[in-house]
Amino acid sequence: MGVLLWRGFTIDNAMAQCFGNMEDTSGKGRQMPVHFGSPKHHFHTISSTLATQIPQAAGVGFALRRTPERSGKSIAACYFGEGAASEGDFHAGLLMASTIPSPTLFIARNNGFAISTPSTEQYYGDGIAARGPGYGIDTVRVDGNDVLAVLSAVKEARRRCLEQGRAVLVEAMSYRVGHHSTSDDSFAYRARSEVEDRKKIDNPIVRFRLFLESKGWWDSTAEEELKGRLKQDVMKAFKRAEGLTRCELKELFTDVYGGEEPWHLKEQREELSGLLRKYGNSWEPWKQELAKFKGKGEELIKG
Amino acid sequence: MISTTVRSRLPRFLELRSRPKVRWNSSSAEPPPAGGHAPSIATSELLRTTRDSALRTPGLSWAEDGSKTIVGGRETRKMNTYQAVRDAMSIALTKDESAVVFGEDVAFGGVFRCTMGLAEEFGRERVFNTPLTEQGIVGFGIGLAAMGHTAIAEIQFADYIFPAFDQLVNEAAKVRYRSGGQFNVGGLTVRTPTMSVGHGGLYHSQSPEGFFMGAAGLKIVIPRSPIQAKGLLLGSIRDPNPVVFMEPKILYRSAVEQVPIDDFTLPLGRAETLMTGNDITVLTWGTPVYHCETAIHMLANPPPSIEQHIPSSLRSAKVELIDLRTILPWDIETVTESVNRTGRLVIVHEAGMTLGAGAEISAQVQKRCFLKLDAPVRRVTGWDTPVGLQYEKFNIPDAVRILDAIVETLTY
Repeated sequence: MGVLLWRGFTIDNAMAQCFGNMEDTSGKGRQMPVHFGSPKHHFHTISSTLATQIPQAAGVGFALRRTPERSGKSIAACYFGEGAASEGDFHAGLLMASTIPSPTLFIARNNGFAISTPSTEQYYGDGIAARGPGYGIDTVRVDGNDVLAVLSAVKEARRRCLEQGRAVLVEAMSYRVGHHSTSDDSFAYRARSEVEDRKKIDNPIVRFRLFLESKGWWDSTAEEELKGRLKQDVMKAFKRAEGLTRCELKELFTDVYGGEEPWHLKEQREELSGLLRKYGNSWEPWKQELAKFKGKGEELIKG
Repeated sequence: MISTTVRSRLPRFLELRSRPKVRWNSSSAEPPPAGGHAPSIATSELLRTTRDSALRTPGLSWAEDGSKTIVGGRETRKMNTYQAVRDAMSIALTKDESAVVFGEDVAFGGVFRCTMGLAEEFGRERVFNTPLTEQGIVGFGIGLAAMGHTAIAEIQFADYIFPAFDQLVNEAAKVRYRSGGQFNVGGLTVRTPTMSVGHGGLYHSQSPEGFFMGAAGLKIVIPRSPIQAKGLLLGSIRDPNPVVFMEPKILYRSAVEQVPIDDFTLPLGRAETLMTGNDITVLTWGTPVYHCETAIHMLANPPPSIEQHIPSSLRSAKVELIDLRTILPWDIETVTESVNRTGRLVIVHEAGMTLGAGAEISAQVQKRCFLKLDAPVRRVTGWDTPVGLQYEKFNIPDAVRILDAIVETLTY
């Protein structure tokens, strides 16, 4: 998400995706929250499945090398967690990127937890970084809670990636202070005090702020101003996104195929249209649901 | 280019707890019809909520003596589906020293709470977390089972079973055949939550049972309730074949029954007729069982707002409702006997229509019941699209769609 915002994907874009409303430019409200994507920002749409996009990143890197105007200038970058690195696709992806080879930067964010499973139960070896050399991939492990260390490690990794036209692996060590998701209560499997300690002692934002303050580049006034402004921006976007309807209901059936629409999808869309004509205005649960869509399903009802 | 992989494994499902009790498939937004409210899962008449009815579950076989008779001292306890699944695994672990339970996040109780307390009770050597690798989990289970052990593996969501597809289809299904019957992995059971909850999107709503239909050697089982889950899971664990056991995730909390606490099994490969009738057969499995029940009630007592679409001549129609339970190999006798009697068949499943399990069933029914059919076999299914999050309620079959198909098939 940081990458997207840095590249100009707006808070409104992000909110629209999270709410799945009619302004969701990532996927028309089809995916769960935080599944962003934007060709304009060179950001492939996120899939919920774990690690499946790691081998794809090798292909993307190879394609970049074969694209004349981007060759030698662009690399593929692929983010994943230490849990995803247990999937077969991780090993397949690194092997492809190193053997073919392709300029792909693999960034493993090791935050210690995959839902409830601590990294100690995820691997017995030396984390993710230790696997890089096995694939002949230049690898660096960095303190993921040190902003400047991450910046310098990734810069160097990118330089090597471009220069050698080969994959590089970065493992950033961190700690997940949040719960896995809104339905997860992580205190069922770890001590609250452990999390609170981490928040206080090894918080990357606090550490970076203290650094800036020690240099005289930042102070509490600037901090308060920034926090207040960002919070306001986020809440404004939140309220706006909340009030918007979803896309039109016909989008249920679009984008399954490119080109000519196959007969069975056409037929199924017509079947739903017929059902909506019959029950859409009389059956209360459908009426309520239709009201959430832009145009209330009229484009299908009218056929 | 930037590509990221994020897996939102544990979405908002558990919020179901606090959701209001108005169901998509309930008619509670309407004034109560003459025959009373249409059932929802919580009030379904298909659930056995008394000790007596629970002990009279058809096909129930007590493990200790294989008898089907009710013994006076049998106890039952109120359980939801995840508690019944846990109870079955607890029995398997107690009675079979070789049994182990493993998968992602199972040690702390599992994301759907099915393994709560098992690690504490049986130790971390027998109930343990695995790394995040579905092919690893199933392959490991195959190895255990090949050595004669009992492997109860969990794949966290059926949507994530595909990395293990090779292990299941090329390995688990084929071990017995390729070894000339010398090896088998009958001790392997792969549990996995399936079907939609209404807000899961592309990767938390799928029903992939159809993908396994061609994998001869595997069995596919989908229970509809706590008693069914316990009896069928113990039946699957003890079946001499590898079984993929798919648990409809919306039923984990919402379906509650009195469940016999003793060790019992329900038979694999046998459908169960839940309502009898001679006018039309409705065949389904898992979550849609309850939508079908609602639709059948609505046929008899249509809510005033949609009454006009239900010809009054159909209100006394007698509908036979069948829960298929085992998807592979499926109970062709029960289905064809019913359709030969009713002449009409509606099949309901959440998976897409094209090559969903309904396709195979329709083909067989058409062959075996051709001269007895009064209407084409009708399928009510998810559309042949991925399950888009915001569109889910118009994608997954609900009671009205089922009702409409019943009416059309009856008036064909």
